[in-house]
Amino acid sequence: MIRPHDSIIVQTLGRFLIPVVQIFGLYVLFFGQYGPGGGFVGGVILGTGMILSVLIFGHDASRSQIAKKVLHGDGVGMLIYAGVGGLCMIGGGEFLNYANLEIPGLETASRRSLGIVLTQIGVAVDVAVTAISIVFSLSAEDIIEDSING
Amino acid sequence: MILSYEIPLLLLLLVTAAGAILVKDLMSAVLLLGSYSFFLSLTWAWLGAVDVAFVEAVVGGGLGTVLFLLTLIGTAPKDTRLRRPPPSAITLIVFPLLGLLLLYAANDLPEFGDPNTPASAHISPTYLEQSYQDTHTPNVVTSVLMDYRSLDTMVETVVIFAAGIACALLLRRNA
Repeated sequence: MIRPHDSIIVQTLGRFLIPVVQIFGLYVLFFGQYGPGGGFVGGVILGTGMILSVLIFGHDASRSQIAKKVLHGDGVGMLIYAGVGGLCMIGGGEFLNYANLEIPGLETASRRSLGIVLTQIGVAVDVAVTAISIVFSLSAEDIIEDSING
Repeated sequence: MILSYEIPLLLLLLVTAAGAILVKDLMSAVLLLGSYSFFLSLTWAWLGAVDVAFVEAVVGGGLGTVLFLLTLIGTAPKDTRLRRPPPSAITLIVFPLLGLLLLYAANDLPEFGDPNTPASAHISPTYLEQSYQDTHTPNVVTSVLMDYRSLDTMVETVVIFAAGIACALLLRRNA
């Protein structure tokens, strides 16, 4: 169980730093097509922002918003990734062949670009949720039990 | 000229890795391991693998250190005391020999950046030339990872998913 940090310096810096970290994570996630970065690193940075908020403000501060729901979301990233693959199969092609995504008005290369963006979002969600769920598993047993027992 | 970057990086890597093994206190070992990851990411960036360097810095230097520290905080001090027996004679003989064998085998590796190696000549040119027309993605690493080799990446994501589930199941107390 992690309690809020006492120091006003840490809390003020955290209020300033956490949004910056989250924005940077989104930037890395969507800039992965143009430079270094991508779904994995973006997801880890997003998860690290959430971990930072837990470490600074304690479990109770974030409990109502994310803590209970985040453990249920562990499969959402996988669902997005495999769902894109399934949509490709519905479109008449192989699994994860983004050229078969049925979106009117897009040429093949743009469809593949869109498929890359969607699967990267899936990876990022999966990695971020896994990171924060491991931190919760390591530090707070009661929250996990609340989450699982309802 | 080239070695002026390589030798300090190699020395820093060796010093931090040896320090993480030899230091008496687990907390110091964790922090030394974090700095080792940081120097390793510098090495990757120097070799041109910027994506790998990014992952190493964020996961090894950031997330891994935080997870280690949380584990250390959650354990009782009597459980984290280090018992380090002196290395046996077999260890002292076998591991230097293994290192010499690896160095000997490394002689046959191609030069770094050699364009005529099978790794550079087989399919990489196709990816480098075709990837922008195929996917409209300027970063070839991303287009290879998420498009040409998408199934591999999906199974890697399954591994991360399974790791998260396993941690939640193993670390949950009173169940």
